[in-house]
Amino acid sequence: MASGAQTGMPDAQPEARMQLVTAAYEHPWAIRFTHWLNAAAVAVLAASGLRIFRAFPSFGAKIPEHDLVNIPQALTLGGWLGGALQWHFTFMWLFAGSGVLYLAYQLISGHYKTVLFLPRDVKGVWPMARHYFLFGPKPPATEQYNALQKLAYTTTVLCGVASLLTGLVLYKPVQFSWLAWPMGGYHLARVWHFVAMCGFLAFIPGHVIMVVLHGWSNFASMLTGWKRDPEYLSRRSAE
Amino acid sequence: MASIEDKKLKQLSRRQLLKLAPVLAVGAFAVTRWQDPLLDHGVRLSDWASGLLFRRRHPAATFSDGEVVTFAKFPYNGYDDLDPGVDLENWTLSVAGNVRHPGEYTLAQIQALPRIRQNTRHVCVEGWDVIGRFGGARISDFLALIGADSSSRYVAVECADDYYESLDMATALHPQSLLCYEMYDQPLDRGHGAPLRLSLPTKVGYKSAKYLTKLTVANVLGAQRGYWEDQGYSWYAGL
Repeated sequence: MASGAQTGMPDAQPEARMQLVTAAYEHPWAIRFTHWLNAAAVAVLAASGLRIFRAFPSFGAKIPEHDLVNIPQALTLGGWLGGALQWHFTFMWLFAGSGVLYLAYQLISGHYKTVLFLPRDVKGVWPMARHYFLFGPKPPATEQYNALQKLAYTTTVLCGVASLLTGLVLYKPVQFSWLAWPMGGYHLARVWHFVAMCGFLAFIPGHVIMVVLHGWSNFASMLTGWKRDPEYLSRRSAE
Repeated sequence: MASIEDKKLKQLSRRQLLKLAPVLAVGAFAVTRWQDPLLDHGVRLSDWASGLLFRRRHPAATFSDGEVVTFAKFPYNGYDDLDPGVDLENWTLSVAGNVRHPGEYTLAQIQALPRIRQNTRHVCVEGWDVIGRFGGARISDFLALIGADSSSRYVAVECADDYYESLDMATALHPQSLLCYEMYDQPLDRGHGAPLRLSLPTKVGYKSAKYLTKLTVANVLGAQRGYWEDQGYSWYAGL
């Protein structure tokens, strides 16, 4: 990428060292703050959730019990069922709190328009997927997020909402019986809760790989908010 | 903003990074010494919120006879001994605490109270659930019989197998909370807690203590709040 600033001027000309760079303030504080809180919460909830699942690793009856999977203890958090529940019951607040803050900020600020996947984005998904997975030509970047990114981010937020609602039903099936009904009842809510976690876990490796591939300035933007030389800006100015 | 001075960008980036520092507070959970107290607070917060959600008149779902699992598929679940050797002939329930008529109560006295039979879901903390058929007297009727001060905060029970439990008064007074002496229209067998157990459709299974020997109405709970609770399970455990 053209950083355009490596001019190597001598010290005698300080005013010439005024380096102008292209940058955009991409991620407002609220988004970065909730992103990292949520990342911590998801990690803890997934690991403690797997420990909870170890106590009864089945979606069927207790008698006869057919275990589906033996999740290695090393992937889990909490040590035992009671400990895992403590982590789960503590970090669910962080997860819900950061999620609600995130959504409230997105809606109120209008920032959601950059990331929400809409029907008009559908046509952009395949060219982008072809580029990523089949080495196809790279579609031009005209917005902060491409169609595939919008699809991934929007789906993940939906997974978050699903996790929260199914979790609420599992935690309080009597008080939230009205919410259990559309999920097919208490028993199925446990399945959906697990499916939502799988959705998260499927998103995370792809997300992390893309961040690594896009380099430090992209990663740093989620910490500082500022992104140097965003592709969509250089393209816009080139046109 | 497209063009910005490099130095200014670094300055802004640093400032924005610092504003993210509050996220590091989550790291407190990684400090061994702080972990248990923090998780304890998390569970207490959850228990407090659970108490707010509880509605005295809101019933847990009840099911038709066809939805009840067969008796053979209702698990025998205990923390230790499925037959603590209760002398069923001479069994009595000791009543103490904030009651007008403390003393020993026979099973016949409890069975003389209106008998409630209900098909309700027994939800285990491990993640499985079974719909069973339970019969017994309402705890509220028994509390009236013993002249309990229902403004007291707790009902605590002790068991023949050294298990012990305690409940908030609101749950004890819930119309579906039973002193259960029957399952599937038969007297409780030893494995299910003969001669008397709790059946609490608005609580997680471990609150439904078996082999009851003593019931106390109290305003303060001692160090012993519940067998599993004292090891880290949620005390409120409301569904």
